Amino acid sequence: MTHTHHRLEVEKASIGYGEKIVMRDLSFQVPHGARVAVVGPNGAGKSTLFKALVGILPLQSGRILIHGELLGAHKDCVAYVPQREDVDWRFPVTVSDVVMMGRFGQMGWLSRPSKADRQIVRKSIEQMGIADLAAHSIGQLSGGQQQRAFLARAIAQEPHILLMDEPFTGVDMTTREVTLTLLDHLHNQQVTTIISTHDLNLAASRFDLVLLLNHRLIAYGTPSQVFVKDNLAQAFGNSLLVMEDGMMLVDECCPPDEEHHHYHAEVK
Amino acid sequence: MNFLLEPLAYQFMQRGLFASVIVGVLCAVMGTYVVLRGMAFLGDAMAHAILPGVAMAYLFRGDLLVGAGIAAVIVALSIGFFSKEGTVKEDTAIGILFAAALSLGVALISSMQTYAVDLSHILFGNVLGVSTSDLWLIAGLSFAILLTVGLFFKPFLVISFDPVLAATLRLPAELLRNLMLVLLALTVVVSLQTVGVSLAAAMLVTPAASAYLLTRRLLPMMLVSALIGALSSVIGLYISYYLNIVSGSSIVLTATVFFLIAFLWKRMKSA
Repeated sequence: MTHTHHRLEVEKASIGYGEKIVMRDLSFQVPHGARVAVVGPNGAGKSTLFKALVGILPLQSGRILIHGELLGAHKDCVAYVPQREDVDWRFPVTVSDVVMMGRFGQMGWLSRPSKADRQIVRKSIEQMGIADLAAHSIGQLSGGQQQRAFLARAIAQEPHILLMDEPFTGVDMTTREVTLTLLDHLHNQQVTTIISTHDLNLAASRFDLVLLLNHRLIAYGTPSQVFVKDNLAQAFGNSLLVMEDGMMLVDECCPPDEEHHHYHAEVK
Repeated sequence: MNFLLEPLAYQFMQRGLFASVIVGVLCAVMGTYVVLRGMAFLGDAMAHAILPGVAMAYLFRGDLLVGAGIAAVIVALSIGFFSKEGTVKEDTAIGILFAAALSLGVALISSMQTYAVDLSHILFGNVLGVSTSDLWLIAGLSFAILLTVGLFFKPFLVISFDPVLAATLRLPAELLRNLMLVLLALTVVVSLQTVGVSLAAAMLVTPAASAYLLTRRLLPMMLVSALIGALSSVIGLYISYYLNIVSGSSIVLTATVFFLIAFLWKRMKSA
């Protein structure tokens, strides 16, 4: 086997839209089965990074390798749950239909869903706690339930790598709990998870590695390596307040269309 | 019973009935995408845009369907070309090409001597003038279009519902979108003879819009839409026979009645 030890490698990647570079010269490696939190201020390029990792946004330079092969060679092994699904909520599809779409890549575009496909869909829906909503139209669900439907679709894809953009922002407690349980489950199954979050406590407590970004790589390593004053100051600038007892507060003022976030992280 | 059988004694009525049912079903199925993807304006534009092709075929005594088909595919691909990567907004591109093609068509037709009759046949259809060879062509094209929709059911579903998933699954979205435009153009061409260009747009939108109100999933929506399209065609043709009115109008008006029933049903249910 020519597989390298690292399952996801980003090498000197610059990502952007046309002339505008959002992320410059980014390099990091994620080992198989790791849980990675992507952290940084608003507009730091977290969503942009995710779009590049699934191949929606082409790289300006550099390269991304998955299992040692260039992105695109493994179209089935990366699943992506965007921050806000850019779907037509009035489209006539049920929750089951949406989750079944996760199987399309593997079943082939011409074949009908097999018994195994149906079973995977049913299991994924159950796992996200929305079994009773399976036959409902996707548009009838609450925001949190919709997010769980799309998480169910992502796990129905049986990915090796799962990318989630802000799954904990603006969701109800049930969705948060179900999502956290899912992360543990995926960790046991050796699925690599890369998740962006504003919740620094969560990043410090539930993840193996933290990727701190602000248009470039600020720090990458275990939470205790990354969450130190210098790094946070570089990432968050003036929104970081350091108290006398070593407590640090990150106050982010958000774009007007988003709710106001206050986050803090304690340094031991 | 006699009431229903009497018109069928005429060969042209039999052919007309077959043709309108096929077209009713075809328009209704393609109409599902038109309604869901918000392409109603495009369908309307496409219907008028084939006018120059039809006029050319008239002038050179060629086959109307072939002329219309060529014009439709050219217009469909031009819309895709002008609106590619957002150089010009899609509805702007449609508006420009629609007006240009319509003007060209009218200019060509106005040079003919039998101007009024020909134009009204093209605009409103002449289902009773469907020949046996026309019927075969309509049936063959419709079968090909419906087969393509069946084969591309899943990719079309994904690009219509979730473009981001389509991108992560590496679907060639641009190519699929153009394929859908070509299918839509061919559908309009096929409906030319039964309902005419100005009413084809209605047959694309009305049955599918009714089915959208009655169903919750894509495949049932298509099937219900097809049923409404077929029923509207049959009922409309009988009305046209007995009341001696233009068949295209009676078919579209029947479909509109179905829509009103579906709309009231939905209102009552949600009330």
